[in-house]
Amino acid sequence: MEIFGIPLAAFLGQLLLGLVNGSFYAMLSLGLAVIFGLLNVINFAHGALYMMGAFLAWMGLQYFGISYWVMLLLAPLMIALFGMVIERSMLRWLYQLDHLYGLLLTFGITLIIEGVFRSFYGVSGQPFAVPPQLAGATDLGFMMLPIYRAWVVVASLVVCLVTWFVIEKTRLGAYLRAGTENPRMVEAFGINVPLMVTLTYGFGVALAAFAGVLAAPVLQVSPLMGSNLIVTIFAVVVIGGMGSILGSIVTGLALGVIEGLTKVFYPELSSTVVFIIMAIVLLVRPAGLFGREK
Amino acid sequence: MSRKLGYTAVLLGLLIAPFALYPVLLMKILCFALFACAFNLLIGFTGLLSFGHAAFFGGAAYITGHALKLWGLPFELGILTGTLFAALVGWVIGGLAIRRQGIYFTMITLALAQMLFFVFLQAPFTGGEDGLQSIPRGYLLGVIDLRNDLTMYYVVLAIMVLSFALIVRVIHSPFGQVLKAVRENEPRATSLGYEVARYKSLAFVLSAALAGLAGSVKAVVLGFGTLTDVHWSMSGLVVLMTLVGGMGTLFGPVLGAIIIIALENKLGDVGAWLAQVTAVEWFNTLGESVTMITGLIFVICVLAFRRGIIGELVARLR
Amino acid sequence: MTLALEIKGLQAWYGESHILHDMNLSVAQGEVVTLLGRNGAGRTTTLRAIMGLTGRRSGSIKINGIETIALPTHRIAHFGIGYCPEERAIFSSLSAEENLMLPPTLTAGGMSVDEIYQMFPNLEERRLSQGTRLSGGEQQMLAVARILRTGAKLLLLDEISEGLAPVIVQALSRMISTLKAKGYTIVMVEQNFRFAAPLADRFYVIEHGHVVAQFNANELSTKTDELNELLGV
Repeated sequence: MEIFGIPLAAFLGQLLLGLVNGSFYAMLSLGLAVIFGLLNVINFAHGALYMMGAFLAWMGLQYFGISYWVMLLLAPLMIALFGMVIERSMLRWLYQLDHLYGLLLTFGITLIIEGVFRSFYGVSGQPFAVPPQLAGATDLGFMMLPIYRAWVVVASLVVCLVTWFVIEKTRLGAYLRAGTENPRMVEAFGINVPLMVTLTYGFGVALAAFAGVLAAPVLQVSPLMGSNLIVTIFAVVVIGGMGSILGSIVTGLALGVIEGLTKVFYPELSSTVVFIIMAIVLLVRPAGLFGREK
Repeated sequence: MSRKLGYTAVLLGLLIAPFALYPVLLMKILCFALFACAFNLLIGFTGLLSFGHAAFFGGAAYITGHALKLWGLPFELGILTGTLFAALVGWVIGGLAIRRQGIYFTMITLALAQMLFFVFLQAPFTGGEDGLQSIPRGYLLGVIDLRNDLTMYYVVLAIMVLSFALIVRVIHSPFGQVLKAVRENEPRATSLGYEVARYKSLAFVLSAALAGLAGSVKAVVLGFGTLTDVHWSMSGLVVLMTLVGGMGTLFGPVLGAIIIIALENKLGDVGAWLAQVTAVEWFNTLGESVTMITGLIFVICVLAFRRGIIGELVARLR
Repeated sequence: MTLALEIKGLQAWYGESHILHDMNLSVAQGEVVTLLGRNGAGRTTTLRAIMGLTGRRSGSIKINGIETIALPTHRIAHFGIGYCPEERAIFSSLSAEENLMLPPTLTAGGMSVDEIYQMFPNLEERRLSQGTRLSGGEQQMLAVARILRTGAKLLLLDEISEGLAPVIVQALSRMISTLKAKGYTIVMVEQNFRFAAPLADRFYVIEHGHVVAQFNANELSTKTDELNELLGV
């Protein structure tokens, strides 16, 4: 059976891959948006911390024999701690200044992190085996479904939706939303906003690290995997606008799928299609698809 | 008066420099100095942080290289083609980026430059990972042989001095004053009746064109153009040069370019010396770790040294 | 008995702007005190300085006898202070009920949600609406209600009658009388003299960031000329 001249199984395979990439886009842009909302900082280091998450998973397995499942929880925790140290020691001095300094600082941190990893591991990727419980594929009849890829999409969606729920529907999320709008007032109520800021940064980068662990068996674990991704994430965030949590998730997934489909029909365009869409959105709806002008 | 003396002294120094230092290295520094000055026009004087200037620098390098190598254009026309290309791309990218403010502007410049990177990566004429090699120097105006490094140096110096003079002229002109007003308080400038978007666009195009000029000349000097020149790490490098030297100052970017390029060249030696002194083998890889050192300088500058060297000096002397 | 609030030699800045110069005032437990003065005199800044919301501060601010001048804002609230800012600061990304429930309970003895909805039935009706979709009067009630919920016994109220319909202003007046009867300590900044006069025990007149006059409620009739001069345009 064929769709537009492509065999159905291949088409669906690419669609799934697009969903996988879209899951990473969604999780990373979600973390970036949450951090930007409260801190007013574009965390350039998001890509590097995603890479660190993947590397921690690889190192855990390689040097300590720690399983993927443990690293799935441990790596985000470790990166969260690392992120919180960065926020406390460096980022917080810049909040009073022009936003661009936050970007420049996190850019510098990205270079340091990447430089360190490159000096030890070069630029080639390390392979990471799919955990045995998720290996293989099931035959759905119309296509073969690699179990691990389905897992990535499901896990990402769950994490994103739980994040959305916590932020939009719970008391804790109310503190975050109120703090994004008027942090001084929230402090006047007795909430330790500086601590909330630190924890939020930790949470945002933990999301990135979680995506990194998920990505490890799919892509190769390389020091450059973050920098390849971060610029695309910026485009995703400009397209979606950073005002809405759900908007970030939907935009990320949609762009991943569009990119995947482009790979099938116009492969030459696949690496630039996201940026082309960004250009179009800028012309037609500058605030972004779900954006609230900040 | 002392300013004129200062300029003259610097000029004299530049005229005799190639007899003391390698002309090719000097030319490379001059190109990056212009690149940084062009970038500074946008961030230091208009308040717009572009993270995609590599698109103009490296893009013009490719176009000029292609023009000289495959179309056989003479030097001056090749350089002009590259510069015009950069101006055009600057007009497009600037036009799109200006539609958003603040940090969004920066992200858009980065994303669009990245898109251009992918275009160059895939385009056959650039030679992809290998780069565009063997760009001929040819003759200036059909008579001056540029294959002589010394001759080339003086041509490059003339181009750079003229460009620098242009930048100084622009900054002190009424146009430049409006740019400064936009940087200080954009809503105020709008309320005074200035079409801020047009001014930003013009500044962007000018900055892009000059960055392109720098890239074009560099391609001819070194004889090749590579993907590194269009990668966002190059955009980051020019930001660093300007930051270290001093954003918004006239000579800051020049000083920053000198420091960063010297650092790049000497990093391997410094690393080897450190490895000897501390017996830590890892320091030997320092030469490869330009990325990491660049990042460290960034972090230190942003936290403790935001005004840059010239900026600090200016502040102290007040 | 310790004073609820004691301010001595308070200076406060917003960046480079020096707003409060040697501010001195005190409020006893259960008192209602009104800060009068022209616009820009520093009345709002005084309230904000108590909460630590200005730039640099120096001097002494004692709340229930404890020095708070060096404390960060989020610690100051825990002394049982509720701050109701002039701009009301209702969060648009929260519903009315979320706004109401947002401030954490500071001490026991705050009004329960039921009691609050009894006092302000409009708020119950509109509780699922987006906070900023409420009318001006409703937002004002919400701003006051949410600090009543926390158990705060020292209330800092900034221009709560401003821009509201007379019938709402009357309701607010009744509310303050009720709170006063319950022993709340209240510091009010008020332009509307007719609103403040029947409620306050004492008045401070502030000009150029310090106190220029103060008098009790029973001195009002004799001080009207002086007041008109001080507050007149």
